Amino acid sequence: MNDNLAVKVEHVSMKFNMSSERFDNFKEYVIKTLKRQVSYNEFWALKDISFEVNKGDSVGLVGLNGSGKSTLLKTIAGVLKPTKGSVAVYGTVAPLIELGAGFDYDLTADENIYLNGALLGHSRKEMGEYYKDIVEFSELSEFMNVPIKNFSSGMVSRLAFAIATIGTPDILIVDEVLSVGDFRFQQKCVERIQAMMDAGTTILFVSHSIEQVQSICNKIVWLEKGNMVKYGDAKEIAKEYQNT
Amino acid sequence: MSVYIQNFLKFRPLLNELVARDIKIKYRRSVLGVLWTLLNPLFMMIILSVVFSNIFRFEIENYPLYILSGQVVFNFFSDATNGAMTSIINSGPLIKKVYVPKYLFVISRIFSSFINLMASFTALLLVMVATRSELHWSVLLVPVPLLFLVVLSTGVGLILSAITVKFRDIVHLYGVFTTALMYLTPVIYPITQLPEWLRKLVELNPLTNILSMVRDVMIYNHIFSPMSVIIAIVESFVMLVLGLYVFYKKQDSFILSI
Repeated sequence: MNDNLAVKVEHVSMKFNMSSERFDNFKEYVIKTLKRQVSYNEFWALKDISFEVNKGDSVGLVGLNGSGKSTLLKTIAGVLKPTKGSVAVYGTVAPLIELGAGFDYDLTADENIYLNGALLGHSRKEMGEYYKDIVEFSELSEFMNVPIKNFSSGMVSRLAFAIATIGTPDILIVDEVLSVGDFRFQQKCVERIQAMMDAGTTILFVSHSIEQVQSICNKIVWLEKGNMVKYGDAKEIAKEYQNT
Repeated sequence: MSVYIQNFLKFRPLLNELVARDIKIKYRRSVLGVLWTLLNPLFMMIILSVVFSNIFRFEIENYPLYILSGQVVFNFFSDATNGAMTSIINSGPLIKKVYVPKYLFVISRIFSSFINLMASFTALLLVMVATRSELHWSVLLVPVPLLFLVVLSTGVGLILSAITVKFRDIVHLYGVFTTALMYLTPVIYPITQLPEWLRKLVELNPLTNILSMVRDVMIYNHIFSPMSVIIAIVESFVMLVLGLYVFYKKQDSFILSI
């Protein structure tokens, strides 16, 4: 096995059953099954995707809406289990998939730091060490005892970004989260990701802005309707992608 | 197997946080806070013992104690399984975005119900002191039936949570079921009062056995028979294994129907 590998995606396909009717209750389900009216529209969000990412690479995923970028990231993050094929990830993963997903809006920012940290697999003690850093980075020190249901969405994403990027994970998964916050904070986020890359973190990056992808990534996976069109050097593919 | 243990160890802090959150949210903004877990069963006991010692009479010595012990045990079961049932659907947004071992949500609900159980147990001890009933050494054996109770509830909770993801009807159905179950458990009446056929049915209920073990050591200074221990072990662990199996089989499809 190649020691230098960070992520290995092998023949991954993902099927969703979009049942034309959804059953939320027994009666309907039983009746429809008896009448053999259950019809599923199969939908393949990913079709036989294979690629490998080396340690230290930063890979951009590009493609139009509905091309399977987020589904692919979710299978790599372990949220979704692929219908066929396998995903192997070597190292710790920090998912930045949808900011604030792990927050409980009734709890205060302070309590949420520990809850969210635990969701990412960090103990209370570890979070205590990062606490100062999180408060500083999110610039929310006056609001730590406020329930976050009273936060603005910008504040929530600042806090979430600060928590998700503590320490130096081996692999960072970023899904279009850089469009949050004001311009200055976005700048700060990019700088932080850059610093992680310098420390050797592997990045998987989804963005609709091809300029952003070009500036951060050295490789690109180009998806179209669940198929992988190309995988390779960022500059070449970015040029080709822009021309279509 | 070792992968599972490693994974559990990694997410163990999450279990603490989830339990802490459940408790915090439950009593946030209430003046008396956690004291409510103590007061709730006490009030229920007062109401029920007034009703049943004046309207329907049962010949039971120290009826308040009898009813409260039944309440504490049954309420734990109903609270834990009801909480576990909705734990997965309620954590839907989370499960969609981050990888977390999903059984943790179920276990955390069982744990927080268990903390409530400890509080209501204190209420039970207070009533024992207040009614001047004797505290026997056999009380020290009470963790044994409580362990079976927790294992049983975990098994039932795992099954319910997994099925509820697909069929939301279960939530309503189970509400009715728990009411029926309460009357099929000798919580408010003595089992000796039942006609033969009904008594057989009530004895089939695993909770009946566990409850009578609790009462044996708490009230009657009587050590439960080995037979009842064996029955409780078999019933509760079969339920747990069944629950784990159903949950394990279904867990990857949760995300598709949440």
